[in-house]
Amino acid sequence: MGKKHSSDGAGHAEHPKWMQHHFDTPSQQFASSKMGMWLFLATEVLLFAGLFCAYAVYRANHMEMFVFGHQFLDVKWGAINTCVLLFSSLTAAWSVRAAQVGQKTLMIVLLFLTMCCGGGFMAIKYVEYSHKIHDGLLWGTQYKPTGHAAEVIHGEEAHAAGDLGGAHGRVDAGHTEAEQVAAIEAAHGAKAAGDAKAAGDAHTAGDAHAAGDGNATTAAPPAEAGAMHATELPADVLAIDAAERSATQPAAIGPRGLVPVAETDAAHAEAGGHHWEGPIPDNVHIFFGIYFGMTGLHGIHVLIGMIILGWLIYRALKNDFSPEYFTPVDLGVLYWHLVDLIWIFLFPLLYLIG
Amino acid sequence: MGALLIALAGLALAGKEKTFWLPKQSSTIAAEIDWVWGFIFWLSAIFFVIIVGLTILFAIQYRARPGYATARKHSSHNMTLELTWTIIPSLLIIPIFWFGFKAYLDMTVPPANSYEIGVTAQRWAWMFTYPNGYVDENLHVPVDRPVKLVMQSEDVIHSFFVPNFRVKRDIVPGRYNIAWFEATEAGEHVIFCTEYCGTGHSDMLSKVVVHPAGEFEPWLEDASNFLDKLAPAEAGAMLYNMRGCKQCHTVDGTIRIGPSFKGAWGAEHALSDGSKVTVEENYVRQSILDPASQVVAGYDAVMPTYKGRLKDQEITAIIAYIKSLQ
Amino acid sequence: MNVTDTSITPADLGGYASREAESENFLSYPKGILSWLVTLDHKRIGILYLICILTAFFIGGMFALLIRTELLTPGPTIVDADTYNQLFTLHGAIMIFLFIIPGIPAALGNFALPLMLGAKDVAFPRLNLTSWYLWLIGAAFTVFSLVNGGADTGWTFYTPYSTQTDGAIISITMGVFILGFSSILTGLNFLVTIHRLRPPGMTWFKMPLFLWAIYGTAIMQVLATPVIGITMLLLIVERTLGFGIFDPALGGDPVLFQHFFWFYSHPAVYIMILPALGIMSEIFSVFSRKHIFGYKFIAFSSIVLAILSFLVWGHHMFPSGQSQLANFVFSALTFTVSIPTAIKMFNWLATMYKGEIVLKTPMLYALSFMFLFGIGGLTGLFLGALAVDIHLHDTYFVVAHFHYVMFGGTVIAFLAGLHYWWPKVFGRMYNETLGRIGAAIIFVGFNMTFLSQFVMGSQGMPRRYYNYLDEYTIYHHISTGGSYLMAVGFFLIAGYLLHSLLKGKRAPANPWGGNTLEWHVPSPPPYYNFKEAPRVGDPYDFSEIHWDERIEGYVFRKAEGSA
Repeated sequence: MGKKHSSDGAGHAEHPKWMQHHFDTPSQQFASSKMGMWLFLATEVLLFAGLFCAYAVYRANHMEMFVFGHQFLDVKWGAINTCVLLFSSLTAAWSVRAAQVGQKTLMIVLLFLTMCCGGGFMAIKYVEYSHKIHDGLLWGTQYKPTGHAAEVIHGEEAHAAGDLGGAHGRVDAGHTEAEQVAAIEAAHGAKAAGDAKAAGDAHTAGDAHAAGDGNATTAAPPAEAGAMHATELPADVLAIDAAERSATQPAAIGPRGLVPVAETDAAHAEAGGHHWEGPIPDNVHIFFGIYFGMTGLHGIHVLIGMIILGWLIYRALKNDFSPEYFTPVDLGVLYWHLVDLIWIFLFPLLYLIG
Repeated sequence: MGALLIALAGLALAGKEKTFWLPKQSSTIAAEIDWVWGFIFWLSAIFFVIIVGLTILFAIQYRARPGYATARKHSSHNMTLELTWTIIPSLLIIPIFWFGFKAYLDMTVPPANSYEIGVTAQRWAWMFTYPNGYVDENLHVPVDRPVKLVMQSEDVIHSFFVPNFRVKRDIVPGRYNIAWFEATEAGEHVIFCTEYCGTGHSDMLSKVVVHPAGEFEPWLEDASNFLDKLAPAEAGAMLYNMRGCKQCHTVDGTIRIGPSFKGAWGAEHALSDGSKVTVEENYVRQSILDPASQVVAGYDAVMPTYKGRLKDQEITAIIAYIKSLQ
Repeated sequence: MNVTDTSITPADLGGYASREAESENFLSYPKGILSWLVTLDHKRIGILYLICILTAFFIGGMFALLIRTELLTPGPTIVDADTYNQLFTLHGAIMIFLFIIPGIPAALGNFALPLMLGAKDVAFPRLNLTSWYLWLIGAAFTVFSLVNGGADTGWTFYTPYSTQTDGAIISITMGVFILGFSSILTGLNFLVTIHRLRPPGMTWFKMPLFLWAIYGTAIMQVLATPVIGITMLLLIVERTLGFGIFDPALGGDPVLFQHFFWFYSHPAVYIMILPALGIMSEIFSVFSRKHIFGYKFIAFSSIVLAILSFLVWGHHMFPSGQSQLANFVFSALTFTVSIPTAIKMFNWLATMYKGEIVLKTPMLYALSFMFLFGIGGLTGLFLGALAVDIHLHDTYFVVAHFHYVMFGGTVIAFLAGLHYWWPKVFGRMYNETLGRIGAAIIFVGFNMTFLSQFVMGSQGMPRRYYNYLDEYTIYHHISTGGSYLMAVGFFLIAGYLLHSLLKGKRAPANPWGGNTLEWHVPSPPPYYNFKEAPRVGDPYDFSEIHWDERIEGYVFRKAEGSA
């Protein structure tokens, strides 16, 4: 916007350097830029709309995986991040005001503060992500909750549960290759069958698991004896209450989604300090897939927003803006507000409602 | 235009036999669908003749030429006319939609007393499982009896299509898809896969064999006993043809998607992980039950597992068949 | 003919006032390759696009010829099955994402939109250049898949096939993602231009109908394309990271992918056809020498089409197992789309009625458009009717239908537009006789190629088949023969157009007698478009435009009393 075009504009009439030749008036230029930005924001909303649709479809069809999965998200960090972004929106909006009235220093400080909030948001996101990665609470094929995760999440309480559930503790400690193979086989068998053949295949799954790990057989008798949990979440991540377990005997463990659940007596699990009642749902990894998809794409947008803010600060330092011309600040801040707004939707949808 | 005339003539003779446009009508719903087809065809033909006829007529009659000039002032708007050609087509599409939807309902809801056959689609073969557990490469059905197909896919999306029955249904992995039909005469009809599924998509054909009244049950009884009736190698050859082996493994030494069976027995194969293995009973069994575990070098790991789908006796028969292919 | 005022101004001669002024011609000023590569002039960007999309059309066309040759006989003819699968995938992807979607809006639209509107440029010239470069990058990714193992999914990328198959799926989907960006930026630019850059006097209902069509197109580009963006991203993370949202083996839903894909790709069909309809409105009026009939109905039908296009995506999935209610609703909505299209066709007929029809090359394409798009539209009725669609779905009937719409509609309109604006863009006339012969060859070749496909399709021949039953052989022979004939036609067109660039007669400012604003400036236009804000009148009033033998073009003559 600073540089002149070579190719347009006959007659170089007097005009400010930021004024482009193909516009007639500054207000026309401003209105055009603003409309362009709003349209661009509409496309951004629609980009996220795809993910919101995926969220809605899976939530409508598999409410339980969301209710179960959301417990593992940390509301505290999410809430702090919401506050950080809301505060950044304030500073951003204020910077536009400062630009309008020509308070250059204040504008730069406010833009810088906004950028710092973005950085803070990303730092907190980093903490959250690294916890999830550490715990193996990831998407699709990467969804491999680890035993160690339990200690991180639940502390001593889980420890106790793990000790009580002796056999299961051993399963986790070893996480043997045999178990993996068995689990994959179980998933394979089930995949062909689909949900309808659930009961039948659960046997295979249970047997395969049993065959794969001798330790498990002693603690959890073959599948047909009782309840089965179609999830690879090991005992102590879910902190299945030991006493309850001896009654319900979870058996089948599979890494893949289609291992079926036989509906039986309730199993109890403690996760993230929440009391979980009922069978552990299938395909919890889809919840984490959607979580990482949405927050990841949002995070990329925060990064882009920070780059834009940095560029605005650079231009401001170059004295490019004045009360007559501050369009880039206005538009950059609009973009930042959108990034905020999307988070305002993500936070309750992912962290709060269960 | 010539083609169009033949087409019109063909449609006039519409009946159960193949016409210029449509294949034979061999199921109970075919006639109704063809009727809707014909309704749309004639309606479209009328509109097409009007539009193109007027276009040509105007282009000739009003062409610019020396001595020809029209009055310069023309009306360029006429609300009555606009509404006429908005409302008339709007009214005409209602019956098209309705007939299409009604016929669709008839073809999607299977009658309660339907004979149920399981269908498994995999790249690139069809397998039909009869109520007694017998599996065949072709779909055998009795005439004049509704047949319900409960279909599943082993890998990607396929689609079951019998042109002569006007039946088509996608088979989406991870769920069951239902189709039904009632054949009206004995005979054979081609089955296509109509959802693109890769290399062998266009060879994923099979056929429906419609048995005359009273001959279906005896056929099923007879066919089901092949393991007892035949020598193991012969039974193995049948299984090879019927259970999808032949789509990828040849018996004449040529290479397709998987290694050829010819001369395989006793040979040493290099595996994709670098190890070597001799083709003997346990290797073959392992390859059938867990194909991905020992893939021969140079081939893709695309074979689905047959765990739970082939009985021990059947695996033994296949082993006997491979042995016989020296 | 009845020109009373015999003084001819230099502007009438189609040229510039003087040799000196001719240096203002946008083609020659500024000079140098670099000045083209960093140009912000919408006209030059239009030409850059034109070169690129015609290259893409050539490559896609070569793939089409290879496909047709392979299908001469059942089983192997010239390539193996895997190569064939890659050929039709790339044919589809290149033709749709690289050629047809940017074809009319980005190439012809970029050139014509500001001129027709009376603006100096589009609202965001730099963004305009950016979208061209994005096109180049996207095209590079798409074509790179060819050497990087090939993509064999079909242009629809259905999961789970696309997540399982080997090959360069990531490269081609990344290409589609980037091309989507390019398309969004073009649409955004056009929307703002039409809203904010109209000169005084250019009210909404003074706008040429091509601009209404481009406006509707831009709405769809902006609102639909982000969805294909996120879909392609999800497909990429599905393949690279194993996300599992679409993978049934991980509990995902492959039909959800189809919903996402078609939520974009159905409006995309209208992104392709709507600008074509706009070109037709211009040509029918200009070459009938008569005011367009039913201006407002044509204008609003463009917007209605744009809106309806978002509501019918489910008709691509009738046999996929979606609920009967969904099928009911999508079938019903699908039929409503036929109404605005029918309104346009009837209005064009009424425009021709009692006109003075000049059968020049653009008009010949327009007439064949009525024939071909008529068939394309009417066969859509078969596919909208649920029960009939079940039989025809994924057969050659569908292939023929969308080629009649996309080729018979869009490509024919593109050719019409190219011949219509060619003298304006390059300032040269092409050989009219060869132009007419070319139009005739394309018409015959196209019908041979695709009419036969309707027949084999309704007889049951599935699409994307490498091998086929013997009973379909005769239709394939006719089809392949037709495709060779079309190739001959295209080489002829390429030949005389290239010839006209070098040796063509100088074009007058207004060779066809149009009254939209681009015909009021010299050919080729000056780089600044308009020295002063143009006077805006009724774009379809031809009463003051007369043929002048001396310059072999039309001149503007005011009625009595004006200078």
